[in-house]
Amino acid sequence: MARMKFLCDAERCIECNACVTACKNEHEVPWGINRRRLVTLNDGQPGERSISMACMHCNDPPCAAVCPVDCFLQTEDGVVLHSKDLCIGCGYCFYACPFGAPQYPRTTDFGSRGKMDKCTFCAGGPEPDGSVEEYQKYGANRLAEGKLPLCAEMCSTRALMAGDGAVLADIYQERSLRRGYGSGAPGWSTAYGRNDRGSAFAPGGPSTGGA
Amino acid sequence: MRPPLHALLLLIALLALPMAAQAQLYQVPGANSPTTKEQVPLYVPQDDKVIGRVSIPDEKLAVLIQPEGREWREWRSHTLRLAIGGLAIGMTAVLAIFFLYRGTIRIHGGKSGRLVLRFNWLDRFAHWTTAVSFLALALTGVIVTFGRPLLIPLIGHQAFTPLAEVSKSIHNFVSVPFVVGLLMILALWLRDNIPEKADWLWIRTAGGLFSKAGGHHPEAGRFNAGQKMVFWSIVLGGMAMAATGYLMMVPFAFSGIGGMQILHVIHGLVAAGLIAAVIGHIYIGTIGMEGAFDAMGCGEVDENWAMEHHRRWYQEQLRKGYVENRHPAE
Repeated sequence: MARMKFLCDAERCIECNACVTACKNEHEVPWGINRRRLVTLNDGQPGERSISMACMHCNDPPCAAVCPVDCFLQTEDGVVLHSKDLCIGCGYCFYACPFGAPQYPRTTDFGSRGKMDKCTFCAGGPEPDGSVEEYQKYGANRLAEGKLPLCAEMCSTRALMAGDGAVLADIYQERSLRRGYGSGAPGWSTAYGRNDRGSAFAPGGPSTGGA
Repeated sequence: MRPPLHALLLLIALLALPMAAQAQLYQVPGANSPTTKEQVPLYVPQDDKVIGRVSIPDEKLAVLIQPEGREWREWRSHTLRLAIGGLAIGMTAVLAIFFLYRGTIRIHGGKSGRLVLRFNWLDRFAHWTTAVSFLALALTGVIVTFGRPLLIPLIGHQAFTPLAEVSKSIHNFVSVPFVVGLLMILALWLRDNIPEKADWLWIRTAGGLFSKAGGHHPEAGRFNAGQKMVFWSIVLGGMAMAATGYLMMVPFAFSGIGGMQILHVIHGLVAAGLIAAVIGHIYIGTIGMEGAFDAMGCGEVDENWAMEHHRRWYQEQLRKGYVENRHPAE
């Protein structure tokens, strides 16, 4: 199986927010929740770059390691999913996540945040593929239909790519070679630079990939 | 000890600002351009926080990468459990050894059968409000902290989630009576817990805990130095728990993710200390000492107990006429 990854080429991203909008629309994401977002670095200065960021589906997911109820699982494709039936909304995954991916529907209700929501790599949740429950809780399951995440499919400059990590790396390196420079794949060393440590994390499926 | 070191490392990491990470973004084709695909960097080392600007209302999402999450993960997964479990088990072991050595500390002169009021209903109400709240908070906190390795293998994921959910709610809401009890305790007993010269003698002789012969208690007022230490740990530690806890209940209201992580570390370290302290407090108030529980149980203690453990306080009660003087010859 392929090891699914995201790669955002900061040299190409034009901050159009199409990925953000596509994600919200495809999954009927509630108000206030941003599974994907655009962050602009050095805004208004030379060297300004924008990066589209969501859950990177890490090799060794910190969210899964710190979850007190053990609600995360990693598919054979390396996609990190979670069960909203088990989640208690404690917020620990947001403390641990290097990318700020976990989102909560409420923030001010005396510590009650509601069930965590995050990017699923358009792969739904632990429910049966394509079921109504899965759609209501996690949004569309495009992966089960043989489609890639919509954010990357929508990207007009092909800055944001999703799919087999080896293929993405090849495209990115080829591209950088042709244009003569590259910025490094943002977040890759953090998300995929470490192999499983094994002790703190025992996912439902075998985790795959590595540096 | 590991916990303080980790907290320090986390603090240092959080204070470091991103510099190198952004230098790579100034790029044009040039002499350093890659000549083969293999030279194109994919994994650029990333150890600094990267913060940009977002156009969405949720400003905390402007933090693009926060590698400090790794240190917090290490804290949450290992250090926190070591601190709480280690201190609690260590304290219990020390007390067990002490109990084998010393046994229950008896009233040297035996029970006189005459009682003297030590804590009125308001004192006891304040104590038990704080005590019951503390036990509920500690138990629910321990469930959330240790449930995954200890309870999930026993009862399964489906049963543990509702338990954790209820624990979380209890932990949040019982904080209110805890703080109320804490403030009452502070108001009622602050006067009697000011450190004084006599406390030095108590500390130097460890309150006579290790003198098996008994009866060699350094003179003490209403509270001896040991009780004063418990008082101040509970009051100051409890305030720290409440402050950090309430700040975590309103996430991102006063700080970013780095501040939240520090709050959680403080909350966990103080919790570990308080749990150990309270285990000692419960021991000496129950099986550790004859007659001690009555003070908080029914509020009245035996006169001989009062004379042995709090002679100065007992004499004050005599002077004030709260106790009938049956020893005119003394």
